[in-house]
Formats: sequence, C-alpha cells, structure tokens
Amino acid sequence: MDVGLIAQYIMNGLMLGTMYALVAVGFTLFFGVLDVIKFSHGDVLTVGAFVALATFGGLKAIGLDSQPILLVIMLVVAVFATALLGMVIARTMVLPLRSAPPLNTLLITLMLGTVLREMVRLFYPEGANPKPFPALLPSGSINIGQFNLRYDNLIMLAAGLGVIVGLQLLLNRTRLGLAIRAVAQDDETARTMGINFTVVVLITFAIGSGLAAFAGIMNGLYYNEINFGIGLLLGVIGFAAAILGGLGSIYGAILGGFLFAALQTIGAVALPFASAYKDVFAFTVVIIFMAWRPTGLIREKISERV
Amino acid sequence: MTEMKISHAPSHAPLWPSIAALVLATGYLIALLAVEEQTLIIGLLAAAVVVVVAANYFGGFGAVGRSFAAHEGAFSLSAIIAAFAVAAYFHDNHFVLLLVVTVILYIVATLGLNVQFGYSGIVNFAGASFFGVGAYTSAVLTAHTAVPTLLVVPIGGVCAALIGSLLLLPVLRTRGHYAALVTIAFALLFKTFLEVNDVLGGPQGLQVGGMNILGWSFNDNWSIGSIDLSFYLNYFLLSMLLLIGAFVLVRRLERSWIGLNLDALRLDETAAGCFGLNIARWKIVSFTLGNLLIGMAGALFGMVGSFIAPNNYTFADSLILVSILLLGGIGNVWGVIVATIIVVIVPEKLQTIQEYRFLLYASLVIAVLLFRPDGLLPRPVRRYFPGAQP
Repeated sequence: MDVGLIAQYIMNGLMLGTMYALVAVGFTLFFGVLDVIKFSHGDVLTVGAFVALATFGGLKAIGLDSQPILLVIMLVVAVFATALLGMVIARTMVLPLRSAPPLNTLLITLMLGTVLREMVRLFYPEGANPKPFPALLPSGSINIGQFNLRYDNLIMLAAGLGVIVGLQLLLNRTRLGLAIRAVAQDDETARTMGINFTVVVLITFAIGSGLAAFAGIMNGLYYNEINFGIGLLLGVIGFAAAILGGLGSIYGAILGGFLFAALQTIGAVALPFASAYKDVFAFTVVIIFMAWRPTGLIREKISERV
Repeated sequence: MTEMKISHAPSHAPLWPSIAALVLATGYLIALLAVEEQTLIIGLLAAAVVVVVAANYFGGFGAVGRSFAAHEGAFSLSAIIAAFAVAAYFHDNHFVLLLVVTVILYIVATLGLNVQFGYSGIVNFAGASFFGVGAYTSAVLTAHTAVPTLLVVPIGGVCAALIGSLLLLPVLRTRGHYAALVTIAFALLFKTFLEVNDVLGGPQGLQVGGMNILGWSFNDNWSIGSIDLSFYLNYFLLSMLLLIGAFVLVRRLERSWIGLNLDALRLDETAAGCFGLNIARWKIVSFTLGNLLIGMAGALFGMVGSFIAPNNYTFADSLILVSILLLGGIGNVWGVIVATIIVVIVPEKLQTIQEYRFLLYASLVIAVLLFRPDGLLPRPVRRYFPGAQP
C-alpha cells in the first residue's frame, strides 16, 4: 500500500480519535465524581451541534459573514448552552437519585437521552432529516503524493488536542482541578476539607458537557452534516472508549478514544465490505471487547461490601 | 427492591370488588376503542385519570387489591373472558382487532423482558431487536420454506434465544452499566445490520406470509351464520393462547423456587453466590427464556402485520418496552398488562400524539423514576398461599 494512503488513514484515525476522546473524557469525568454513567451524554452532544447550527443560522440572518467570527461565536454559544444543560441534568436528575439503586440513574439518563433526541427531531425545523453543516474552516490542502492534508482537518486536530491538553492542565494545575480530583477520590473526605461537593459536581458536569458540544461541532465540520442520531452513536462509542481505557482515568479515556478510532480505521481498511458495515463492525468490537475485558483495560478497582 | 410493602390480605376478602373493577375497566376499554372522534377520546382519557386519582385518594383500590390478592385465579379467568368480550364486540372491525392483537403480543414480549429485568435483574435494552429477530425469522421461513406456519412461531423464539446467546458471554461477565452497554450496542448493531443487508430486504423490509394451520388460512375473513368476522380474530385467538401460555409460565416461574433464586440473584448477587446459587446458570436461564418469549411474540407479530422493516425495531422501540415495564412496576406481571394496554392503545387512538410517543413515554418514565420509582402497580411481597397473611 502507498505511504500516502497510509498517512491519509492515520490522519482520519487521529481526527476520529480526538472526537471520541473528547466524548470519552466526559464519561470519565462524570464517573469520577459521582460514580454514575450518564447515558444522555451523547445526546447532549447532539444538542450542542444543533445549537451551533441554529446560532449559525441566526448570525447569517443578521448579516455576519466572517467565517472565523461565526465559528467562534457558535463554539461559545454551544459550549455554554450544553454546559448549562449538563448542570441542569446533574441538579435535577443525577444528584436526586444518588441514594436510589444505580439502575435508576442509568434508566433516567437513558430516557433523558431519548427526550433530548426526540426534541431535536420533532422541534428543530425539519429535524428528522440530516442537516448540512457549514464548512467554516479554510478549505485548501497540501498534497504530498496521494496524501491530501486538508487545512480544516489540521486545524480541528490541533484545536481538539489543545482542548484535551487544556483540560489536563485544568485538572492538574488549578485549585478547581484539585477539588474535582479530591471529590473523585473520596467525596466525604473532600467535604470535610471544606470543598463544596454540589458545586464541584455541577462544574464537572458543565465541563464534560461543554466538551461534548465541542466534539459535536467537530463532528459537524468533519462530515459536513449532522442529524439527530449522531449523539447516540458517538455516545456509545465514547462510552466504549472510556471503558477501553478504564473508567475514571482521564488518560485512559484519551487512550481509549484513539484506540477505538484505530480499530475502526483498521476495520475499514481490512474488511472488504467495510463502508456499509462500518458501524456494525464498531458495535461488534464493543460487544466482544466487553466480553474480553468487562471493566476495561485498566481495571476498575472493585471492592464489595457484603 | 429494598423495601417491600406488606399488604394485608385477609383470606375472607370478597371477590366482587376486583370483578367489578374489571368489568368497569373492560367497559371503558370498549368505549375508548369504539370512539373515533379526537375530542371525545381526550375526554374519556381525562375522565379515566380523574376516576383513578379519586379512587386512589378515597382508598377504593384497597378493597380491589385485597379482593384481587385473595382470588387471583378467579380474577385471571375473568380477565380472559373480558379479553374475549372485547374481541367479540369488535368482531368485524379490522383496525381495533389489530390493535388488540398488538397489545396482546406486546404483553407477551414484555413478560419476557420481565423475566430478565424484573426477576433476575439483567438489563436488556435490545428487546425490540429480539422481537425483530422473531419477525424476520417468520418472514424468511414463510417466504422461502414450507415449514408449517404454526411451527414458525416457536422457531422464531428459538432464533431470538440463539442470537441472544451470542450476547451471553459479555452479559454474564459484566454488571450494571457495563451490561447495559452490551445490549445497547447490540440494539444499534441489529438495526444498522438490517439496513445495510440486502438479503433481508434492506431499509425497505420484507413481506411476511400469513398463518395457515391445516388449510385454515388466517388471512381470510370468515363468518358464523350471518355474522361476518374479521380475519384478525384468528390471530386474536392464537395470540391469546400464546399469552395465556406465557403468563402461566412466567407466573409459575415467579412463584417457584426458580423464581426465588432469581429474586435472590437480583437483590444481591454476591450474597446469592455465597449461599451457593449458581449465578451464571440462572442468568442464562432467565436471559434465554426472556428472549424466547420476545422472539415468539415477534414472529407472530410479523405474520399479523404481514410486513416488516428495520425502522420497527430501533433502539427507541426497545426503550418503549422498558418503559412499559417501569410504568407497570418492574416484576409485577399484572402491572405489565395494565401498562402495555395504556402504552400501546393511547397513542394509536390519540393520533395527535402518535408522533410524540417516544418523547412522551421517555418523559413519563423520568417522572415515574423521580416520583414513584416502583411504578404504577408495585410488585407485591411474595406470598405462597392465596390469602395468607405475610
């Protein structure tokens, strides 16, 4: 196989991996602070992408044409909207069910995901159909042999990696990050040390959901199209990626995201009929992986009180 | 279920309150099914809500509950008669009978889900997929083979159980959220697979042949004397047989020592293991049995509808099955029946909310989980003898 083609596949894999890692980090953050899985995470991503699209429509209508400004405003609006949504979800549904069986949290967030998805489908104008997503990044490319390095992909990759690095710094170098890590480790002790538990949880949900919006916009820019179902797919993949790396570990989630993308890319190259069966392949991998490592590569520490 | 409510059911509770409630409910159901005008339907539904809330407030359900608990056998028989009464009333009405058959087969499927979810605590978010396996089995078998159509129904169930067994290893090895991911991934995989697979009709779906027992074609209208009967009445009879069989099986299972084992498994897997219960065995039994029931219901439903497409077996449809279970009260088979009737019939009759049904039921489940986590009819504490004091 040509080196250029391989480079092309690697580039695509890296793009997907960044997206998956952003979603997986959200799952891991939520699991870290509250020990819950928030199944609506993927659909929050959908909401983020659609908010961005609606903002684009609104800004176009008032005559704003500069692409970078458009993109920045879309990003800011979508990230803030989903951060708020994430906080509302945590406040009204996840925190009240803390003492209930874990199954109830799972069910309520799953159903909430359906509510969000259906709201987008029913109430966004023609939300049931795929929507074209505007190409807001420079469209040129560098051609090296068969390898076609597009500027927009390069920018997205850099931005995505930048966000991940930024999150790392936030978690490891700031007082807020310290508080989040403290709550994740032991919420009772953290409370005794004077950390406001509820506020830290809400901020964590806001951060995770904001990342989802970022990933949603990236997804839209990459495929030039969004639909109401993208979140379900990305959510399952993101969750699988988070488990792949071991829930609760940020590095694990990032690693898991790139691993999953690598698997998918290899699948697309190696399987003859891959394009149609791409998602079937992805989900099969998820299921087989669950059978092989039920709690991820880096195993979750389980101790049960009997 | 951490705290079980103790219901005091003296054995001398009279039979009539539960029968009276059943008669009222049946009459109401017939009225609701017969009415076509949207405003009238809304009025009827509102009236039902008011009556139920009022009865609950004034304690009317206490007497009904006690009477039901003391005479469940007689009540079950009356419920079957009630179902036949509804079918007899609409004997020539295709649409209503199709709706009734749909309700019955959905009840069978939810009973299967109840075995998995309600008894042994295995979460299955791919219920609609196994329903679909049954339906696609009957489509393929009726189109390409000469297998007797009556056999197609159990074969559909077996196929669903077999495909379910592919998931057994991951389901057995995982718990809670992780197990949920396995079935969610399967539900998405199944629908995508159907859509891209040309052999099974792709997104357009497949035609399903009708049921035919020894020359008696189920897809022909028939008549007794001068009364014309809808061909759906055939399917009603067969579905009722399937439902009665499934119901008896599930109820017996619940009351048997197997049911006890499954309950122990659900409530505390570790403790159950310490007491020597074979956890893997009972999980396999309940997951497989559940999928068998769901697949059988799906196979018959495919024949009834005579046409199937991937869009009928999406993840959202699986969630509707789970919603039914949660609304009814996980583990309570009678709750499942009540909830299925509500969930299937209301959007069909109230055309305006048809489009919003996924949204509506998901919101309803959120409300139930927040405010009444045990469902509309919580599962009562296990009682070994009818009327015995717990």
